[in-house]
Amino acid sequence: MSELTRLTLAEARDGLAKGDFTAREMTAQHLKAMEQGRELNSYIVETADMALDMADKADHMIRGGNATGMTGIPVAVKDLYCTKDVHSCSASHILNGFKPKYESTVTANLWQDGAVMLGKTNMDEFAMGSSNETSFYGPVKNPWRATKADGTLDSRDYVPGGSSGGSVAAVAGHMAIAATGTDTGGSIRQPAAFTGLVGMKPTYGRCSRWGMIAFASSLDQAGPITRTVRDAAIMMESMASYDVKDSTSVERTVPNYEHALTGDIRGMKIGIPKEYRMDGMPDEIEKLWQQGIAWLKDAGAEIIDISLPHTKYALPTYYIVAPAEASSNLARYDGVKYGLRVEGDGLPGMYKNTRAEGFGDEVKRRILIGTYVLSAGYYDAYYLKAQKIRTLIAQDFAKAYEQVDVILTPTAPSAAFAMGEKSDDPIAMYLNDVFTVPASLAGLPAISVPAGLSADAMPLGLQLIGRAFDEETMFRAAHVLEHAAGFTATPKVWWGEK
Amino acid sequence: MAKYIQGATGEWEVVIGLEIHAQVLSEAKLFSGSSTKFGAEPNTQVSFVCSAMPGMLPVINEECIRQAIRTGLAMGCEINLRSVFDRKNYFYADLPQGYQISQFKDPIVGEGVMEITLDDGSTKSIGVERLHLEQDAGKSMHDQHPSQTYVDLNRCGVALMEIVSKPDMRSAEEAGAYFRKIRTLVRYAGTCDGNMDQGSMRADVNVSVRRPGAELGTRSETKNVNSIRFMMQVIDFETRRQIDILEDGGEVAQETRQFDPATGTTSSLRSKEEAHDYRYFPDPDLLPLEFSQDYVDELAKNMPELPDAKKARFVEDLGISDYNAAVLVAEKENADYFEDLLVELSAKCGQDKAKIATQAANWVIVDLFGALKKAGKPIIDSPISTAHGAELLALQVDGTISGRIAKDVFEIMIETGQAPEQIVEEKGLKQVSDTGAIEAMIDEILAENQDKVEQYRGGKDKLFGFFVGQVMKKTQGKANPQVVNQLLRPKLDG
Repeated sequence: MSELTRLTLAEARDGLAKGDFTAREMTAQHLKAMEQGRELNSYIVETADMALDMADKADHMIRGGNATGMTGIPVAVKDLYCTKDVHSCSASHILNGFKPKYESTVTANLWQDGAVMLGKTNMDEFAMGSSNETSFYGPVKNPWRATKADGTLDSRDYVPGGSSGGSVAAVAGHMAIAATGTDTGGSIRQPAAFTGLVGMKPTYGRCSRWGMIAFASSLDQAGPITRTVRDAAIMMESMASYDVKDSTSVERTVPNYEHALTGDIRGMKIGIPKEYRMDGMPDEIEKLWQQGIAWLKDAGAEIIDISLPHTKYALPTYYIVAPAEASSNLARYDGVKYGLRVEGDGLPGMYKNTRAEGFGDEVKRRILIGTYVLSAGYYDAYYLKAQKIRTLIAQDFAKAYEQVDVILTPTAPSAAFAMGEKSDDPIAMYLNDVFTVPASLAGLPAISVPAGLSADAMPLGLQLIGRAFDEETMFRAAHVLEHAAGFTATPKVWWGEK
Repeated sequence: MAKYIQGATGEWEVVIGLEIHAQVLSEAKLFSGSSTKFGAEPNTQVSFVCSAMPGMLPVINEECIRQAIRTGLAMGCEINLRSVFDRKNYFYADLPQGYQISQFKDPIVGEGVMEITLDDGSTKSIGVERLHLEQDAGKSMHDQHPSQTYVDLNRCGVALMEIVSKPDMRSAEEAGAYFRKIRTLVRYAGTCDGNMDQGSMRADVNVSVRRPGAELGTRSETKNVNSIRFMMQVIDFETRRQIDILEDGGEVAQETRQFDPATGTTSSLRSKEEAHDYRYFPDPDLLPLEFSQDYVDELAKNMPELPDAKKARFVEDLGISDYNAAVLVAEKENADYFEDLLVELSAKCGQDKAKIATQAANWVIVDLFGALKKAGKPIIDSPISTAHGAELLALQVDGTISGRIAKDVFEIMIETGQAPEQIVEEKGLKQVSDTGAIEAMIDEILAENQDKVEQYRGGKDKLFGFFVGQVMKKTQGKANPQVVNQLLRPKLDG
């Protein structure tokens, strides 16, 4: 594995600026690594020719003195983003190789800034999953494997988390400097935690959803997956924008997030919500959380115990709201206009055959749940009640932020698990999102920072949740946490030609 | 005035409610920039949003919002400063999203009352429940291929206003009057073109029957009725059908029905059990629609004159009769024609509008409307432009031609569309007011008809008309009748 694939985004940027190497060289090294890493199944499509063209353009921008923080940076793009003339299917068979004639706003922003697209990454089908085992293109393997008591690597495959599993595997496996993810209930943060990366979801409305294949519209947000907090800050600034084409995007200036990384959090108030201490949570997670609290305290922050009383309702609320929206959002995949069509007896027969063959089990499960909770007679008991609780959860946070600046929690209740371990038990799978879902329901920015290793040497993350549109304070705290944790581990390469 | 229907077992009352779908007059669709022009090649006015491409999002077209508010103002309804767009979920090939964006719980326009006038001159108040905005669907074409259906998405996403009445109508006549009133209002407000043959306005007709004074009966809903005549047929047919069922001891099914214009009958489309569960919920892609009272006030300030106000002005300022004013304002194009004509006529003959308005109104209503009706033409296709009409009337006002000649000229104008001055010139129809020439002619006629002169002088007064006629004949009607009268009487009496 070559050295340019090991750089952080900031290092790559600085090296390109100094002329230590070209974007083309860096891109070429990544394309090679992608080839060697194919067994991880992190990419659905590799766009090598396009990447080299984009790299040349980036080199031209750099020579012309027009470089931005993202110019020449090779990035992996989650298959959920529509990229013009390139496979964009949300890893679903129902879109059957769909290539849009338009470019999502977020990726267009990145290309505008000179970033280079390496390919489209694997993911849970329509972003529904927490282990990347629901993709039509097969599961993604985590580059990390547990270390056994004898010091050797477990031979089993581990999940990378989900739904942005391909994106994190690409970055953790050194097949991209950074990647775009999307987060509906934790789909950036949980996989980042499972792979020792930084994963950040901005405030709802900060990024345009235009051109992102919808899962649950009121929750979906784009965000970066990177090696460091600084990298996330640089990439977020490029991805974010107000967009008239998305009525839920918010007209606010995008700050220079990197400037927020001062390293100084003295006097910052950090909230510790007692409701996140859950029964059956592994000791090592609790320990890591306490360690995180200690690090921030040592850095001069003030630790304040807070209560978010409706936390326990967040997961059930999420699993009503998100499927409800999904059941409607996915109605457009009907075999009439694009993607898969399986003929049948008349229009209803064609619908049935197309959707039966086009959607996987998890997607069907959520369409059924969503259809049920919106049905006449159940709407009030489920959907309406869930909306009310969602409001209460948002109010919990609003109240907490009268006292504190940022909230610290674990990202996930465990480290990455072995493939197949939870795929037969939807409830166990859904529990992965227990710490990430509340911030999603409240539309708040949140970031997962790699903070340590489990007993079997798998990465663990801590989550910081910020005030709405105050990503800067959250980034500042995350940066300090990252330095205190000093996480430098990378997965031992077991794949490809070694 | 309750009008009951006599059945075999006693009297029945029909109860009618209408859901009128009126296409918003706007350049672009409700949530995309695609054109709304009628009659384009299939699928040429379709954006990525209209065709529900993955990741596409709706953005509200503000003009459609303004149009809905204007319509609400024209109908005198409450305007809701906060409304919500919901998704109405169902599968159909011409509904690309798999849901229609509509307004369910919180519509943009709330309650109001419309006053309708019936043929006998009586009036009645009909309640309006609400007006909400929604997307139209595309068009399925089943006749293009032996086994497959084609879909045209041009219409898909065009803004519709659904205007829902209360169940306040009690006869087909009332329903017709209510529909016409709404149609007149939207056309005046400029918010819908009201072209029913292009599908710009259509109605879902809810009909139920009951014994006078009893609870409401079970209703049927007949979908997509696209003319007032058909709507009245639906009501008559449904009334009869439901009374027959009830009198035979049966029960009316709550169902959705369709109208067949060829037979004038309705048939069942789907029963209550087969009805869709639309699973309405707020569209998460759109924020609630909010605007200020100032925004509404500004639109109200710039509303065009509405029919009731126009009628009052015609009567008060122009001295036109109530009846004539009502006829003129019933269709906006008629009122526009009349007003344009009056402006041009007033300019041509330098007279105050009030002085000539009644003459102009009579000409428009009697002569022009009569001729157009005979020719089966709408006023916008009138062969006589307002300029030509004004010219014709001006020729009469200044005495260039007589009323009789004017009728002949009018006939030629209807036929050929020629300018009246040109016709008068070419055919030499100018009225003769030269007293010398007329006097000479009178002398000739008196000399030729000495016997009749004697009879007249002997007391046969009625012969005066004979002499006038002779003069007119000699001048081919061009003699100014007033001048003829003035000159003839002293000579005969002399």
